[in-house]
Amino acid sequence: MNESCRVETVRDGDLAVVRTEGYINREGGEEIERCIQTLLEGGVSRIVLNLEKTKIVNSIGISILIEVLERMMERKGALAFCRLTPTIDKTFRIMGLAQYAGIHATEEEARSALSAIA
Amino acid sequence: MAHKEVSLSIPSAPGMELAATAQAEALGEAMRLSRDKIDEVKFALVEACINAFEHAGQPAGRVDLRFRVSQRPGGAEMLEVTVADRGKGFDPARVEPPQLEQKLRGGNKRGWGLKFIQSLMDEVEIRSTESGTTIVMRKYK
Repeated sequence: MNESCRVETVRDGDLAVVRTEGYINREGGEEIERCIQTLLEGGVSRIVLNLEKTKIVNSIGISILIEVLERMMERKGALAFCRLTPTIDKTFRIMGLAQYAGIHATEEEARSALSAIA
Repeated sequence: MAHKEVSLSIPSAPGMELAATAQAEALGEAMRLSRDKIDEVKFALVEACINAFEHAGQPAGRVDLRFRVSQRPGGAEMLEVTVADRGKGFDPARVEPPQLEQKLRGGNKRGWGLKFIQSLMDEVEIRSTESGTTIVMRKYK
């Protein structure tokens, strides 16, 4: 039994939106990581991760998201999350993730917040 | 509500944790637990399962699950989920709480499972010996 994760990206200059669908486990996390690595190598420095269609994540997937965040911070980039389920939102806040990445209700809010970063 | 109990044994294989969450969801809905509470139980259960898979003791090890809907002495209903493996066990007191700041400075990014379980459930008991680990998690209605 498995529920694979699909990833879609939309790029707008140095900002990109990455939309996920499905379970973010090890495979899902690695798919997101590959996608974001390609964006970073292509000059993107601000990324919105929209989890609207992801209803469940696990700590292995989350550990890969931490690696992605670390890589973006090293490059002076910025990452923001949006459209989290209440449980994923709560979990990210328990981790203290909101200190290092934006957590927003909508994709528009997340894009605006990242666009405001010089 | 009548006492309900379901037992399940799953192989320690990636993805099988979702079979466990389907059972938790069905019982949570039957006892009319709120959607957020059901999702919190599912999240914690995924963590308990993948922890058990990693410590199940043998490549083809199995993990035993028990779901129980019952009433507390005060009358409130609760969903109790028990996850048991036959691995070598661990000392929960020696598990260091994860710190995101440290994890963002390199090194191992894992180690969040127990923190998530303890934060999302109302009560958690961990019994671990050299012959296995049992985690009992309770969520009150």
